[in-house]
Amino acid sequence: MTAAPVEPSTDGEVALSVRDLHTAVGGRRGSLRLVRGVGFDLHRGRTLALVGESGSGKSVTALSIAGLLPAGVRVTGGQVLLDGQDVVRWTEGRRRALRGGTVGMVYQDPMTALNPVMRVGSQVAEGLRAHGWDRAAGRRRTLEVLDEVGLPTPGALARLYPHQLSGGMRQRVLIACALAPRPRVLIADEPTTALDVTIAQQILDLVTDLRDEYGLAVLWITHDLGVVARIAESTAVMYAGRIVERGRTADLFARPSHPYTQGLLRSVPAADQPHQGLLPQIGGTPVSPATLPGGCPFRTRCPQQVERCADQEPPLLRRGPAEAACWVPPEDWRPVGAAEVRHG
Amino acid sequence: MAEPEFVGPLSGSRSGPGTGTAESIAEMTGVVKHYRTRGRGEVHALDGVTLTVGRGEVLGLVGESGCGKSTAARLLTGLERADAGTVRVDGQDLAALDRAGHRRLRRTVQLVFQDPYASLDPRQRIGDALAEVLTVHRLVAARTAARARVGELLEMVGLLPATAERYPHQLSGGQRQRVGIARALSLQPRLLVLDEPVSALDVSVRAEIVNLLDRLRRELGLAYVFISHDLGMVRHLADRIAVMYLGQIVETGSWEQVSDRPVHPYTQALHRAVPVADPAVEYRRAGDAVRGEIPDAARPPAGCRFHPRCPLAEDVCRTEVPVLAPPSGHRFACHVRQRELGVVTPTSAERPADARGRLSGQPATASRSTGARP
Repeated sequence: MTAAPVEPSTDGEVALSVRDLHTAVGGRRGSLRLVRGVGFDLHRGRTLALVGESGSGKSVTALSIAGLLPAGVRVTGGQVLLDGQDVVRWTEGRRRALRGGTVGMVYQDPMTALNPVMRVGSQVAEGLRAHGWDRAAGRRRTLEVLDEVGLPTPGALARLYPHQLSGGMRQRVLIACALAPRPRVLIADEPTTALDVTIAQQILDLVTDLRDEYGLAVLWITHDLGVVARIAESTAVMYAGRIVERGRTADLFARPSHPYTQGLLRSVPAADQPHQGLLPQIGGTPVSPATLPGGCPFRTRCPQQVERCADQEPPLLRRGPAEAACWVPPEDWRPVGAAEVRHG
Repeated sequence: MAEPEFVGPLSGSRSGPGTGTAESIAEMTGVVKHYRTRGRGEVHALDGVTLTVGRGEVLGLVGESGCGKSTAARLLTGLERADAGTVRVDGQDLAALDRAGHRRLRRTVQLVFQDPYASLDPRQRIGDALAEVLTVHRLVAARTAARARVGELLEMVGLLPATAERYPHQLSGGQRQRVGIARALSLQPRLLVLDEPVSALDVSVRAEIVNLLDRLRRELGLAYVFISHDLGMVRHLADRIAVMYLGQIVETGSWEQVSDRPVHPYTQALHRAVPVADPAVEYRRAGDAVRGEIPDAARPPAGCRFHPRCPLAEDVCRTEVPVLAPPSGHRFACHVRQRELGVVTPTSAERPADARGRLSGQPATASRSTGARP
């Protein structure tokens, strides 16, 4: 597939580059391609949102970058470049040092990511020792980072166990664990989905503040278009293991250039939309890696499709302010229908 | 007693709107529900909640963890009893219902869960699961009638009749939620209590389920209590909205009033906290998150329960419980806003039991002696 072109570097220094990444889960009876040629750059002090629904490959992309793929799933092609070095080819030992040291990761559910029988402070410090910090420096850094993530009285809090904290505080502890070794890249996989909205908003603001203060490059994985609009300068929309559209968030939301993005944005009830009545919906069922149709994977749900869509999968092409993988020019689009479809 | 006969796709006279005597299909009046827990003490799930759901009306119930919205759902569907206050469905006081009465209640009000997968037996075919409900409630006389009815129910929720042969794991999340709705509809209820029915679904599927609910409501004259933390969805679907915080309603009114012109500082905070898919709006909002954590419902703050997090809080908010005022229309429980907008609050004699108990310095639980416990 076409290698993704490099984005204009007006955003400053590139902290991490992903090039034509392919990830598959292998079995003897053939493999399923979960990520099929994904590429993007993460810039210091900027947030890129990777948006997609279940099965789109967004989380597998994140785990591929962090070197945290579960057994049986492996990177089958492409590069993840840190300082010009391709970390995909590194040994497990070197990658473990990278994981945390340069790339920190925060997950959706802080309760399962934290050890329930270990004090909060010890969990942060343990991660630091794994990255070569000595005990005294590790303890100082632990208290410092707990303070940085806005937790009150870090000294007392470090002695608590995860179950003694609220969901929002646990998520702050996870962020502290990720940021303790001072990584340059933070990967956040839906860290606010399990939180209440007022608490989620605090976490969104916190990550953005920390990003600005320390010049972090942030990759934010989410299905929530509202979150994207709040925190990310750039957005990449994934569908069936590929990026189908990407660009600056403001442009992409104002003028979506892929029928899938357009459908997603229109299906969310907004304050300027009429009350009640039918919401525009995409229809059809999301495809899974096991049921990919030939050609454009979105064509089975697409109101626009033309003959070419069945023959050939479109590459990312510049279209207006963004890049999109679609053969049909936007001026030829029909609006997404509001008719109900049947699911049987 | 003769077997009740099935008379076509939900066209039975009992399912039409306005057949009951009461104006509203459901009412909660001064409802209190506390849970005793080990270690945490008494959790105040509901503290003096009054709400009504009109026939064919959609009431949106909005709030975060511990606000009591799911407890309200359980009380309205008769799964639990109130400690104090009354819950009426179709004019019937649920505390007075015997076994047969509870059986009839299931045919008036049904609960739809967030994750229908958790409430479907993985080893049972969809068709068998739906037929079971029909035969248990003796809504069909024979197996063949059940089959036909199951097919109709599936069609009604936009599924192919062949879905009856499938198992739950063979369905997508959206299809499973359609089955959950079909099962709730099988008893021809007049009120559906929908507890976060689209939160677990993918974005592109949510609109489909919301459209389905909208259509069913119009076709069948159903009333909904639509519980969600997503103000955008609630705004879209609801006729009226009630916002809850720590077991109490803090603001209620028409969808327009509560969604587009909120007055209570908590509703306003909730509004800003829910991200909307519009970067122009979101960039302006960065950094104005409401402070603090949601307090433990076992130890709700004195006075206004929102005061520790409220940007408007004054001395009076720390000591006195605000009550919902004015008496009708757009109502809110906030000392500061009521003063600013010149709203006359009820005298203490007219206040709900819980608020009165607090004001006279007695513990709120004192008011529960009037409860409808059997």
